[in-house]
Amino acid sequence: MAATVECGSDSNAAVNNMSLKKALKAASPLTLRIVAECPVTKARACDLMLPHCTVSTPVFMPVGTQGTLKGITVDQLEGLGCQICLGNTYHLGMRPGSDLIERANGLHGFMNWKRNLLTDSGGFQMVSLVELSEVTEEGVKFKSPYDGKEILLSPEKSISIQNSLGSDIMMQLDDVVSSTVTGPRVEEAMHRSIRWLDRCIAANKNPDKQNLFAIIQGGLNADLRKACLDEMTKRDVPGFAIGGLSGGEEKDDFWRMVTLSTDHLPREKPRYLMGVGYAVDLVVCVALGCDMFDCVFPTRTARFGSALVPWGSLQVKHKQYAKDFQPIDPDCQCPTCKRHSRAYLHALFKSDTAAMHHITIHNIAYQLNLMRSVRQSIVEGRFPEFIRTFMKRMFPSRDQYPSWAVDALASINITLE
Amino acid sequence: MAGSRMKLELSRVIQGRVRLGVLKGLGRTGQHSLEVPGCLLYTPFGTVPHLTQDTLHTLSKLPRVSQVTLSNIAEHQEVLEEFKDGFRKFAGLHDTVLYCSLHDPAAPCPTGYTTNKTVSVWGSGGRIELTVAKFMALQKSVQPDWYQSMADGETWQSNTSRKRVRKSVDRTLAHLDECLLAHQNSKELEGVEVFGVVEGGDILEERIRSARETAKRPVDGFCLDGLQTGSMDQALRIQLTSAVTKELPEDKPRLLQGVGRPDEVLDCVEAGVDLFESFFPFQVTERGCALSFSFDISPDPERAGSTPPTVLELNEEDTAGDMQQNGDLNLNDQTQMTCFEINLKDKRYQDDFRPLVDGCGCYCCRNHQRAYVHHLLVTNELLAGVLLMIHNTAHYHGFFVALREALANDKLDLLKRRVLRGEQTERKE
Repeated sequence: MAATVECGSDSNAAVNNMSLKKALKAASPLTLRIVAECPVTKARACDLMLPHCTVSTPVFMPVGTQGTLKGITVDQLEGLGCQICLGNTYHLGMRPGSDLIERANGLHGFMNWKRNLLTDSGGFQMVSLVELSEVTEEGVKFKSPYDGKEILLSPEKSISIQNSLGSDIMMQLDDVVSSTVTGPRVEEAMHRSIRWLDRCIAANKNPDKQNLFAIIQGGLNADLRKACLDEMTKRDVPGFAIGGLSGGEEKDDFWRMVTLSTDHLPREKPRYLMGVGYAVDLVVCVALGCDMFDCVFPTRTARFGSALVPWGSLQVKHKQYAKDFQPIDPDCQCPTCKRHSRAYLHALFKSDTAAMHHITIHNIAYQLNLMRSVRQSIVEGRFPEFIRTFMKRMFPSRDQYPSWAVDALASINITLE
Repeated sequence: MAGSRMKLELSRVIQGRVRLGVLKGLGRTGQHSLEVPGCLLYTPFGTVPHLTQDTLHTLSKLPRVSQVTLSNIAEHQEVLEEFKDGFRKFAGLHDTVLYCSLHDPAAPCPTGYTTNKTVSVWGSGGRIELTVAKFMALQKSVQPDWYQSMADGETWQSNTSRKRVRKSVDRTLAHLDECLLAHQNSKELEGVEVFGVVEGGDILEERIRSARETAKRPVDGFCLDGLQTGSMDQALRIQLTSAVTKELPEDKPRLLQGVGRPDEVLDCVEAGVDLFESFFPFQVTERGCALSFSFDISPDPERAGSTPPTVLELNEEDTAGDMQQNGDLNLNDQTQMTCFEINLKDKRYQDDFRPLVDGCGCYCCRNHQRAYVHHLLVTNELLAGVLLMIHNTAHYHGFFVALREALANDKLDLLKRRVLRGEQTERKE
């Protein structure tokens, strides 16, 4: 097991790693304690201390877009061991609006969530959901889908909303381009994201309470990524996200950009890979050195009756489960699997939303348990073995292993038999 | 003959009609009981709508009897037959008494499909026609503790003829005899209790005939059918219900189907009804509303602030005049809001940081504010249904606790005034 190293900017040990001046300036409300590092891969297990509680990493963060995790109460989420979840700035800024949430004592108070929250910048939704958005140096212009009014989301505005939301981790506004776009637009977006980062840092009213993460851009171009990394890591932000991926690009490009990023990100700060949530992607990207992940997939797919299991997924609504009296996963300890059979859930899907809630709970439990097992194996120094077992369980045979995963793992010294 | 371990112990009978007591000896081992006047837990397919066991069990003092409905279960007969261990185990319910009714009180079924030998139920997959043989086969696969006998209740439309009403009484008695015969010959249903169904539409003589004839059969209790909200006005319902309960033996429980509004419940308790179904809080939830009527009759001001809940405020619109309108003009429209609830979709709750009902101890009110529930409703979030269902279930069952307390302490009139005029005593807000 690797030695425990304190890397927080407010701890004495950290002073060795940077100039005293920098350390004093950056009294961020975040401490990263590296609990263990995998001797083979780039994986690490950390305790990420945030204002509302300590988060054990690697961590999957469920997404509660509109101040609620689809159909699940905050007590249920807490009961599943969730230490941090997401809220979406764009949605919450639209409805109910940041003023109202501020009056409700922030998003924590509004949704009565006692643990940590991470909010995105709103920029991604702007590009993915809203038509007629125009990106200028000032910010992202878009028409409100509710009243048609033109709204400008600037870096200052995004941070102002996130300050009102009171999230423990805020994301900078970045200039998002689809990961399949190439050419000068990618470079422009990368440079603009750096300029916007500086504006976000300057706009943060609560640097002592709210952590602002930078987002590495640069598309699928290694030089641009590297340039972005060089520039952004000069800023003293509490953490870094790897952005602009997970948007339909080739997996071969995806993992190369991830591993390039983690190679150049500072060891003592958390790394958040945005929008990644498939089990295989999680395990591989932990091996590549990422600490935090989020994705709507596990909760969205649950509402369509898809339950996540160690061998992939199980479509509860399919006829074959109508008379299947086993739990979704006989080894799963979640409240759904402890009480209900595939057959009952199959039948309940025809009449009650509670069926969706049952699967949502199971899927969140699956994601959180997966990450707990990953962490445990890193701490116990057997992560490479964990990966091999995991892959064997997930795929019926060796030749069904996705080649990108095989390559990615080979790049960090893991060979799959 | 049916099990008959079910035993009604009445502790008070007021004015020869209003009954307070305990229904004992419920469940296969007979260890469960249910206080009357009381209410069953509404679980059409073994689940309180929107709720998982986690969220359900944030509620305390829930009734031990869950109502499941054949209309929801019938299409899964084959599955249950293969499962063999009954619906309770199939649905992951452990420690509950299972009562199986024919229809879902919150989902009235289309008319015109009843014959001499069959009734139809409507599930997610459409209509399923039941003969007594199929009905009884279903009961054997469900293995409830207690079920309603097959009945022709198609008399609730206003233009039902006397002839049709008479036919429904005759058919229902014939179905009952056939059910009882099959029941007595069934090993699987040994110890299971049967409720006979009293029909008779809006015709007094038919109601009395149905009650008398049903009471002659070896049934364990009675379901009063065809009197549901929307079928007739309250005065007629009370008249008919009183006439029916007068004919029924005092030692057996009477369950009134399809009536759930608090004002109607109170009147029907006075007419001798013991049991109700709790579909009303579900209907309130589905229209985005929260039950808020006051039922606090505690004389102790210190207690008044805590439990049971009191409504904080009723809004200008929810005046007595409005209640009149909701109560009378919209009898046939059960989706219409009543004066017992507040509409949380209303913009005025957007920045209202109070709990749904001040002093309410339910999970929703302890943890969330009107503004949040309003937000969940306007954004169509699934949690809205969960939180409202928790609150409405708690509030409704709390009302029944208050009702029994009122009966025990001779305060039914006070409770009635509070429930009906709650908005006036609390108007100051």
